[in-house]
Amino acid sequence: MKIQLIHIIVFSVVAWCASCNLQEAVPDAESQALQPKQLSSQAKMVLIPGGAYKPFYGSDTALVKVNPFLIDERPVTNGEFLAFVKAHLQWQRSQVKRLYADTNYLHDWVGDTVLPEGINIDAPVTQLSWYAAKAYATAVGKRLPLLDEWELVAMADETVPNAREKKSYSDKIIDLYLVKNRQYNAVSQSPPNYWGVYNFFDLVWEWTDDFNSVLVTGDARSGEYSDNNLFCAGSATSATDVLNYAAFMRFSMRAGLKAHYTVANLGFRCAKDVDDKPLLTSPEGRDLASTGE
Amino acid sequence: MTNKLTLFVLAASLVFGACKSNTERGNSPGERPSVIKMEEAKGQPEEAEITAAPHVPAPIGNRGPKKLIVKLLTTEIEGEIADGKKYTFWTFNDIVPGSFIRVREGDEVEVRLKNDASSVLPHNIDLHAVNGPGGGAEATSAVPGKEETFTFKAMNPGLYVYHCAAPPVPMHIGNGMYGLILVEPAGGLKPVDREYYIMQGDFYTKTSAIKEGLLEFDNDKAVAENPDYVLFNGKKGSMLGTGMIEAKVGETVRLFVGNGGPNLTSSFHVIGEIFDNVYLEGGSSVTHNVQTTMIPAGGSAIVEFTVDVPGEYVLVDHSLSRAFNKGAIGKLKVIGEKNPKIFKKGGF
Repeated sequence: MKIQLIHIIVFSVVAWCASCNLQEAVPDAESQALQPKQLSSQAKMVLIPGGAYKPFYGSDTALVKVNPFLIDERPVTNGEFLAFVKAHLQWQRSQVKRLYADTNYLHDWVGDTVLPEGINIDAPVTQLSWYAAKAYATAVGKRLPLLDEWELVAMADETVPNAREKKSYSDKIIDLYLVKNRQYNAVSQSPPNYWGVYNFFDLVWEWTDDFNSVLVTGDARSGEYSDNNLFCAGSATSATDVLNYAAFMRFSMRAGLKAHYTVANLGFRCAKDVDDKPLLTSPEGRDLASTGE
Repeated sequence: MTNKLTLFVLAASLVFGACKSNTERGNSPGERPSVIKMEEAKGQPEEAEITAAPHVPAPIGNRGPKKLIVKLLTTEIEGEIADGKKYTFWTFNDIVPGSFIRVREGDEVEVRLKNDASSVLPHNIDLHAVNGPGGGAEATSAVPGKEETFTFKAMNPGLYVYHCAAPPVPMHIGNGMYGLILVEPAGGLKPVDREYYIMQGDFYTKTSAIKEGLLEFDNDKAVAENPDYVLFNGKKGSMLGTGMIEAKVGETVRLFVGNGGPNLTSSFHVIGEIFDNVYLEGGSSVTHNVQTTMIPAGGSAIVEFTVDVPGEYVLVDHSLSRAFNKGAIGKLKVIGEKNPKIFKKGGF
């Protein structure tokens, strides 16, 4: 818990620094001419009522409470990110600071504001860093989803909010993971999940705000972090979850990431707090941990 | 006085150590190679020679410790698991098993693990030859497109398995992510006429729900430890026909045999031969006159034998349904003069 807190603090500071830098990096004239105060996002948002859920990591009994939140119904697209970099020059490929994105940032783009020929503008944008994703989210008045928020939505299949105990749930995702280059397909083309959210698994990995707050190691069996027994299969979770290979893969992917990394099949979607509305469920939230059929 | 004594002990152990390594393989069981541990790897780093099965790199011979760089690329590719049957393999360097790595004890080895940009998943490497956390797995966890590096000192001579340890590990290994690294003792293994690299693995398959005509990993069969294929060198029949390994009558053959698993233990046997020497479990203990040697999943053995009579010698996992039905079969072809004193058809 302490480690998680420290991480959240560190990331807040880093994010704050990143946004400071945004302000400074762009000359005044340009920023006035080209930077609208708020870029609009066309992505529809879906209300997730929140609740208490059992994380894939951690002990059997500890449920994590997730407040109600809004999440984009699909990943951010190439077209949307292009509009963003046109308005925020410091996130263009030739302008971006190395600290905030590695040398492969938007690697396939033909120029700063030109998408490669043949690329689908409605396909998810990839090959961008956590900093860039975060800057986009801020620019459209949203934020990145928290890991727990993302994982809560990820428990759903097409028919139930928690499909973790269904065998078909993990199997289907694993089948997808054996197919390459799915990131070139357009968003919102496959069936949405229980919440009406598209493409949670079938196109790209997704950044979360606190992607490495769970200190799993890339080594599947390390006992180094004893308060995180994700990979000590016997004690960690139910037998069903030990077979949840898709979740193991997600967490190992996140463990291998650094905030400036860019990856060909890693994109993002945005989330948002529910403003000033009364909670839609009881303060304890719905117990999603036991709603699986 | 104390200093003189220490010096004497040190000198004596050096002499003793040097003699030993020329006559025997490595250290006696339980003894840590304290003298060797202090040997400095010298010179500029060089790229290590690595090979695809069934071939192995040149012996280390009499050289001293070096600094070596090993480059490995993790990939997810379609390949043939049997004639006409395509399977999605995950590999080191596009081959199953991965490249054979050969170093000397005392070498300092820099492992550069690059995950191909087209990979879907993160990968890493755990080398059993490493003394250190995860055998390097944590230090090398690479997301698609990234290269991660770690360096280790090879301290214990032996034949070791390496494999990907990214979760879920049984799936990464089940898809072919393993290979062998040989750490030769100072002075090298005794020269032989032929050396080959063989690695067994069990494969669990189902028809892909997404791509027609493609087989992919079946998790249920893996958990049940009920493979469709048990293979030498990643493909059914890879060591038959033109893939047979070869030797001549009178030659000594050394096989570096590994077992990637992920689940089955191999009962490795060569039909018609007796192993003159077996380095048990790939370690320093040598036993003689062995018919079948057990090779655990994630383990190895070095076997040596001299071939006396021409013919085709069949290599099997002597859990024979695996050989007859699932592919755990290969051949060694021996050519040369017949020797009726040793073997002939018919009576006296």
